[in-house]
Formats: sequence, structure tokens, C-alpha cells
Amino acid sequence: MGPTTGEPRKVRGYAEVSHETGSELLEQVLGQRARVSARLDTIGAVIAVASGKGGVGKSAVTANLAVSLARRGASVGVVDADLNGPSLGRMLGLRGSKLVDGSEGVVPPAGADGVLGMSSELLLKEDAPLRWKGPDSDRFIWQGVTEAAMLREFLSDVVWGELDYLLVDVPPGTDKIGRFLDLVPTPAGVLVVTIPSEVALSVVSRSVASLREAGVESIGIVGNMSGYSSPDAEHPLPLFSGDGIRRLTESTGLELWAEIPFDPGMGSRTDRGDPPGASDDSVFGRAFQALADRVEQGFGGREVAP
Amino acid sequence: MKFLCLACDEVMAFAERQLPGDGTLTAVFTCPDCKREMALLTNPMETQMITSLGVEIGGRTVPQQPMQQTRMGLESPLEDAFEAPPTPPAADGPVTWSVEATERLENVPRFVRGMVKRIYAEYAMEREIREITPEIMDRARSDLGLEGM
Repeated sequence: MGPTTGEPRKVRGYAEVSHETGSELLEQVLGQRARVSARLDTIGAVIAVASGKGGVGKSAVTANLAVSLARRGASVGVVDADLNGPSLGRMLGLRGSKLVDGSEGVVPPAGADGVLGMSSELLLKEDAPLRWKGPDSDRFIWQGVTEAAMLREFLSDVVWGELDYLLVDVPPGTDKIGRFLDLVPTPAGVLVVTIPSEVALSVVSRSVASLREAGVESIGIVGNMSGYSSPDAEHPLPLFSGDGIRRLTESTGLELWAEIPFDPGMGSRTDRGDPPGASDDSVFGRAFQALADRVEQGFGGREVAP
Repeated sequence: MKFLCLACDEVMAFAERQLPGDGTLTAVFTCPDCKREMALLTNPMETQMITSLGVEIGGRTVPQQPMQQTRMGLESPLEDAFEAPPTPPAADGPVTWSVEATERLENVPRFVRGMVKRIYAEYAMEREIREITPEIMDRARSDLGLEGM
């Protein structure tokens, strides 16, 4: 109400007020986005490795795909977007590596097969959880915003250089896929990793739906742990009773780009920072050969000299 | 976020920012017409939200530094996660550091030292200062409003 008349007061709305306050908050936020965009301009293909479901082996798939592409002559970088549960630093053999304060930003270390990597593992004390300075009350309100800023800085402030591929390992949760797409609205593609279980089918289907709602069209399905294998085995043995991988491809109409068996020896090598990728003619190796083929054809990086 | 002086129907302009150190933030705005002032006061949680967004009310005094939010915000950082480049970055240019300034820089936690060094070097270069001394560092802190750094 107006101070004297009793009539509703007419106050201009935000959009009606054109003058700036000098605070330039919007410009600062837009500047952050512009820095991400500028940094990624020199990268052939930014590819998310996502699922929505936890425990399906996204990080192991990311690490093994990264070295498989690198061995073909591609320059590859990896962002571990799983800020609270990082593992790619270890899987790429980056533990103990230092970041360098360069003139153009933070220079990332190179790990297995020259793959560049950035992970919160490189920034935290051993066994320290990801915790932020700030008031303890209502921590849940601002923590997500802070973590989004950390991921933004992993993308914009790291000197990735001219890469063929930048793989981003997205943590579980469809909201985390949304966080990635906020920063990289038009990735070259998304690899959706799933396993044969029925539970995974339900969760991963939601992720595919959220990707499509966001306008992502280039999606490939990776069926991980599709069986149990070893280097000498001709064919993998069943590991899960479900048929979730096939049903996911049928219900979504998406193609299955690779079926990767669980191979304890290969898993152990990956955990030690020596991901085998497509290094041999085992079932595991052939699976990553096939996946690297599909990524090259479907998502395309830079032209790589033979 | 804008403040409108209802008496003048004018957008109030940012005038001053203060961080008293208790987690709160004060931002003063002034009406360009009637010169009336008002202060925005935020509680620690609201201040943290602004910090989390990586913005500064009143505009940035120095460009955002590489991984600044991560480096300033982590509670248990690996102190030696960052190392200096083998050769000084171009941002340092012809600037040199006095013995006293170098000693003072050594007191800055290693996790943020490279970032802080870069801010002082850029400050000096922009003003064609050849040598950074503790006095220059003090002046930079004051001029740039390096609260919390």
C-alpha cells in the first residue's frame, strides 16, 4: 500500500529497471561461463561418461577408454567430476602428481599413456573428505553451489590445450548430469554406462530421459560387467541374472556401443593406475577396441594422424 | 540484485563493501539523486552463498584467479598440490621480489601461494612497479580489497 493514499504502490519490476548498480553480478556469472566455453574451444570432443546409477564402473570405463584412445595417437584429457568420491587420479596413475601454476592457468599432470587428468584427489589430503570452509548451519544449501563451482574451475581453469577428447566422468545422480550440462550444454556426446541388473535399468532409463529432455542426441550405451571373463577366456560367463542392458537399448532405441566383461585382472590393473584398455586380444581388450572405434566414429575428436 | 530508491524511482548505486570478519557482509548502496544510503547486510550463510557463486557484490577488484574458489574454499587441502612452474610465468614479467617480500610470501599457505603471488605480480606490472616490497604488498591489499586473502 502507498504510504498515504491507501492505494497499492506501483514499484517497477527488475526487468523494468535498466540501470546497472555497478555490482555486475550477472556479468560476473556470464564471465565464468565464457571462460569455460573459451577453454573448451580447443578441444575436439567433450564426452560425458555418465549413468545416473552408482557402482556400474563409470570411472573404470573412463580410464580404460582414455588410454585406448591415447594409444591410437589421440590427445586425451579426463575430468573426474565425482568430486566427493574421486578415483580417476588413482586409476590414471596420477597420485602424488603436482599441478603447476602456469601463466594460462593450472597445468594438469599426465598419467597413463600421457592422458591428462584433473581430480579432487590431487587437491585433498589423503583420506580427507571433500569439505568446504563456511558456516556449518544450512551447509546443504550452499555446498552444491560450491561443488558446481569446483567442477566449473576444473573445466575453465585447467590448461587442457588442444585435445582430441576430454572425457568427463559424471558421478551418480541425474542431477549431476544436469550440473554437467549446465556447464557444457552441447557435448559431442554422452556415454551412458549400465550393467545387466534390473535396478540399473530403472535408474539409467531416467538418465537417458533427462539427457533427451536436455536436447542431447548423441548417446551411446555401454554395457559394463556384461559377464565374467579372464584373459584366457573365449567367451564371458554370466555375472548377473538380469537382461537389463538389452532391455535398455530396446526401451530407449539407443545402440549398444560395447559390452565390457568384468575381468578381475584387468580391474586390478585399473585400480593400480595401469588401465589396460584395448591393449590385447582378450575379450576385455576387444571390448575397448570396439568402444574406441564407436567413439571415434560417433563422437569424433580431432583428425589424428595415422 | 538491484535496490530502487522509491522516493526518487532511481536505481541505487553500489558504493562500498565491508567484510567485518564475522562471516557477515555489508554492501552500501547510494541513491544517485537524493544521496540517501542504505546497507545490505548478509548473515554468514548468505555471505557463503555469494562466495559459492564466485561473484563479488560491487564487482571484482582483481580478475578471478585460476581455481580461486577451490583453493580458497577447501577445508583440508593437500598443501603441496601446486608447484611453481620451472620458469617464472609470463605474468611475472620483469617484476622482482625483495628479500622481505619473498619472506612474507613464504608465510602464505602453499596451496594458495602461487595464486597470491600472481595477484601481486599483476598489480605491480599494471602500475609499472619493478620491485615488490612488503609496502607494495600492503598497498595492493588495500587497493584491491583482498579481503580474506
